[in-house]
Amino acid sequence: MNFLALIGRVVINFLRAAGKIGLFAVNALTHMLSPPYYPRELFKQMMNIGYYSLPVVGLTTLFTGAALAVNIYEGSSRFNAESTLPTIVVIGIVRELGPTLCGLIVAGRVSASMAAELGTMRVTEQIDALVTLSTDPFKYLIAPRILATIIMMPLMLVVVADTIGVLGGYLIATSKLGFNSGNYMKSTMDFLEAIDVMASLTKAAVFGFFISLMGCYHGFNTHGGAQGVGVSTTNAVVSACIMILLSNYVVTEMFFSS
Amino acid sequence: MSNIPKISLKGLHKRFGTKVVLDSVDLEVMSGESMVIIGGSGSGKSVTIKCILGLLTANGGSIKIDGKEMIGISNSERSAILNKFGMLFQGGALFDSLPVWENVAFGLLAQRLHNRKDAKEIAIEKLRRVGLGPDVAKLSPAELSGGMQKRVGLARAIATNPEIIFFDEPTTGLDPIMSDVINELIVECVKDVGATALTITHDMSSVRKIADNVAMIYHGNMIWTGPKENIDKSGSDYIDQFINGKAEGPIKMEILKG
Repeated sequence: MNFLALIGRVVINFLRAAGKIGLFAVNALTHMLSPPYYPRELFKQMMNIGYYSLPVVGLTTLFTGAALAVNIYEGSSRFNAESTLPTIVVIGIVRELGPTLCGLIVAGRVSASMAAELGTMRVTEQIDALVTLSTDPFKYLIAPRILATIIMMPLMLVVVADTIGVLGGYLIATSKLGFNSGNYMKSTMDFLEAIDVMASLTKAAVFGFFISLMGCYHGFNTHGGAQGVGVSTTNAVVSACIMILLSNYVVTEMFFSS
Repeated sequence: MSNIPKISLKGLHKRFGTKVVLDSVDLEVMSGESMVIIGGSGSGKSVTIKCILGLLTANGGSIKIDGKEMIGISNSERSAILNKFGMLFQGGALFDSLPVWENVAFGLLAQRLHNRKDAKEIAIEKLRRVGLGPDVAKLSPAELSGGMQKRVGLARAIATNPEIIFFDEPTTGLDPIMSDVINELIVECVKDVGATALTITHDMSSVRKIADNVAMIYHGNMIWTGPKENIDKSGSDYIDQFINGKAEGPIKMEILKG
């Protein structure tokens, strides 16, 4: 096979996969809007995705905020600009690190879990069983997972990630770097704008959509037994992480490009 | 009794890529009849019932339930017709995330036939019918033995008093005594609800216990159909080889998966 044919085949396969994921997403969104609804399933997923992800998200952003403060202090002290630390920490965390790190952590936890669970359901015929019990798998399995992730990412996880990340910087700055507590908080609040928070929450919702979409798509289309479940889980996490980083740039451009 | 077959297959054709699994399957199952399809592994038994249920899309031919064509109908029409069905899956296909009683009551709740309290009572009654006590109701499917899982699957299949019940390899993986218990339960439960039964198996003790009529599938075609009593004097070398389990004969097992 010549080199051009190889490139062509890769491009065609990529477009085919993108088309399938696009159709899956449209199908999922359509089913989200039409009854029957499964509020019990939605609540269960919201608890699993939101509440149970809090510890890992909190720990990650706490230490990231602390490390960020140390790095910025060390760098800014070269120019006698230490006073900019609270501003850079809050903007860095809220605009970028809070939603992105939270998205990557939740992708590892939730996207993998969705792909493994749905993949196992597929290979053990549980999804077929749902159909024979007059239940649409898209409405019962996919719609609640996607909706729950879109709701919980901005309203619980990223709000907590941003807050704890800023808190991590605050703790290091006031306990180790000699910042006054009141001044630090004032600088933080003075320079934090509504658009920063809006961008953070928008990113969270977009990331939530891609995390659940990739987990559900790869899990739902699993084939080949235990090995297939493993492959689906890996693909779900990798593709969710790529989509998070890609969409992060797009949303950042939308909000902050001059 | 109506002369319209409960299930009618004419020229049913299904292929995966270039591999033809069902060539041209013809079969009629009358109301109240217990039909058993026998055939070797990979002969197309499971594909046949998956095509009837719409889990796989047939490439040609006709599938009629109560005289109504199933191929090409809308999802809502199919969903209404699927309310007539119950199915016992080979591996049970019980939902891991739900306790046993919710597995059994799933169809009742999905079809909005009862509220949760009444559905639970019916589920416990169906569990009693298959020889399981009420203490099993709150267990998780993972806590049950293989035989108990089959019984729960059977209870789920009969919970909505369906008009048609499919049994996919009901005794696979069970010891001979438990197999006989499951066969007895199948006969009793089908009689109780007055259903039409279609079973696929390669277990001849199941055939002799469950069947009114037997059909044999080979290379994607029904090569023999007749009453159970005639199976030993069918005059077909294929049937003789299969029911006696001989390696020598006209049936050649495929060693390589095609």
